[in-house]
Amino acid sequence: MTLGRISLVVCIVLLALAPLTLSPFRLGLLAKYVCFAIVAVGIALAWGQGGMLTLGQGVFFGLGGYAMAMYLKLKEAGSAGLPDFMVWSGVEELPALWKPFGNPVFALAAVVLLPGLVAFLLGLLVFRQRVRGAYFAILSQALAAAFVILLVGQQGLTGGTNGMTNFSQFFGLDLTDPNGQRAVYAIAAVVLGVTFLVAKLLVRSRFGRLLVAVRDGEDRVRFLGYDPAVVKTITFTISAVMAGLAGALFVPIVGIISPALLGIVPSLELLVGVAVGGRFVLAGAIAGAIAVNYAKTLFSEDFAEGWLYLQGGLFVLVLVFAPKGLAGIVESVRYRLSSRKRAPSTPVEVAA
Amino acid sequence: MGALANQLPIGLSIAAVLLLIALGLTFTFGQMGVINMAHGEFIMAGAYTAYLLQGFTSQSFLIALPVAFVVAGLMGLLLEWSLIRRFYGRPLDTLLLTWGVSLVLQQLARDIFGAPNVQVTAPGWLVGGVDVLGVRLPYNRMFIVVLAVLCVVGVWVYLTRLPAGRRMRAVVQNRELAGYSGIATGRVDRFTFLLGSGLAGVAGVALTLVGPVGPSLGTFYIVDAFLVVVAGGLGQLRGAVLAALALGFLNGYLEFWTDASLAKVLVFVVIIAFLQVRPQGMFVLKGRTLV
Repeated sequence: MTLGRISLVVCIVLLALAPLTLSPFRLGLLAKYVCFAIVAVGIALAWGQGGMLTLGQGVFFGLGGYAMAMYLKLKEAGSAGLPDFMVWSGVEELPALWKPFGNPVFALAAVVLLPGLVAFLLGLLVFRQRVRGAYFAILSQALAAAFVILLVGQQGLTGGTNGMTNFSQFFGLDLTDPNGQRAVYAIAAVVLGVTFLVAKLLVRSRFGRLLVAVRDGEDRVRFLGYDPAVVKTITFTISAVMAGLAGALFVPIVGIISPALLGIVPSLELLVGVAVGGRFVLAGAIAGAIAVNYAKTLFSEDFAEGWLYLQGGLFVLVLVFAPKGLAGIVESVRYRLSSRKRAPSTPVEVAA
Repeated sequence: MGALANQLPIGLSIAAVLLLIALGLTFTFGQMGVINMAHGEFIMAGAYTAYLLQGFTSQSFLIALPVAFVVAGLMGLLLEWSLIRRFYGRPLDTLLLTWGVSLVLQQLARDIFGAPNVQVTAPGWLVGGVDVLGVRLPYNRMFIVVLAVLCVVGVWVYLTRLPAGRRMRAVVQNRELAGYSGIATGRVDRFTFLLGSGLAGVAGVALTLVGPVGPSLGTFYIVDAFLVVVAGGLGQLRGAVLAALALGFLNGYLEFWTDASLAKVLVFVVIIAFLQVRPQGMFVLKGRTLV
């Protein structure tokens, strides 16, 4: 059994045992970290494997989250009622945009399709024109900025700055009840597992190798007859769908979705965990996302201002001293250990 | 028609602010390929410099301009020397690195000056305005436009007429050859960064004329300024000027016709559409590199 397998089994066991040992409050926090870990898998795909630094993951997270929140709000308001925030901002009739979200099937489809479609369109238009690297990063960040301003501005449609809150039901589960919370956590954990598996299969497939090739030498891949724009667009879309799923799960788990969670800074914060854990290794990205968000909770409880220094400093330190993150450190340690063991018998291999 | 004309000075002054910020980026991003997310915090530093200086003399505002240039410039120099020079050739990592720095700087400002916004009182001669053909031209906004024009001229003279500017262009076009020709490329890098960051400080002083000063002042403008550089073309002075004008007026008029929240989205759509026609921005340095 390899080290990777062992740590994977340990992680699964820990995630499975969590509902039995943690208090409902702590379990809710863990469930939130799991949501961020799902986003992290998508980022590791797009950024680590594909070299696309996306600074707008908050947009896709938000699209998924708002789609879910709209459904839950309508469910809560009943067949005739309006969501509470609409009443407060003086909206009298349900806007046409909201109507289809009363249907659970439509809402669930929107959670996946909405982020996917936006990412697909942006990716296609941008990558086709060979806009890449830093330019793509800036454009994705501009998208995040515009998205948040739009959400805040359309008060009657989106709840404005406050967003949407107060959810008590999630597909028949009572969110105020510890058992309901455990069930939601279980769903999130399973989604994380599936996301990880999908990403892993993708990375190992022919497509995954092509993706890495595009990252390392886009022009060469083009000369070989592939279309890098297609490869990048597909990957970017998948990563957006993952963020959308995470956003949809975030709503019942944390009980709020608002622009403050989706802007430029939150979108960048999603990257911190991936960078710390190691962007080139999927498991590293997950571990990093959970660890960094756990650290954030720890610090915010005691001294909130310190966290911003620590987060900024952590980012700088990781980039300067360990650009491959913790996973990179683990890898180099393992390489050194194994090369020392093998050195006497097969020195040629080590040299090569 | 009257409203259309009244919107003109507003669009022009948005354009001027964007241009002032984008000018600094033309140095750091355009010339050196460094995406400096902390550029916004250099703007903030310039604005706080004006805040600290006010009250010392009656002309503190004019004194603040060069002082802010030096303060922000030295901050940029320090950042380049301590961190960024280890990251050349890794533009995406620089982006994240400087964002980490920008987080720390914002929190530092919050700890030093407090989280609430502060106000810089504009000097008396910038209060009021003049009516030209029925259009109100506020003095403070006109001052920003003049300042932007002066800075553009200054940058143009520097880049095309002065030996130091020639050295900078040489390093940009061919770093190795410039190095072999006896140019200290490392020193040129540091100086480029000092100039670009210093311009951010000047922009910060100008911003105190149109709004309050707060720890997150820079973040409001930085994304738009980067868009100016993307739309204008990398390291192109005329591109930056044209793109800043276009984006400024687009912002001004769209906000007027629709509302502020839709305008941002529309501007984004326009830029994506523009990149379909000219993926590398308005002006492109002709070269033999593959793009």
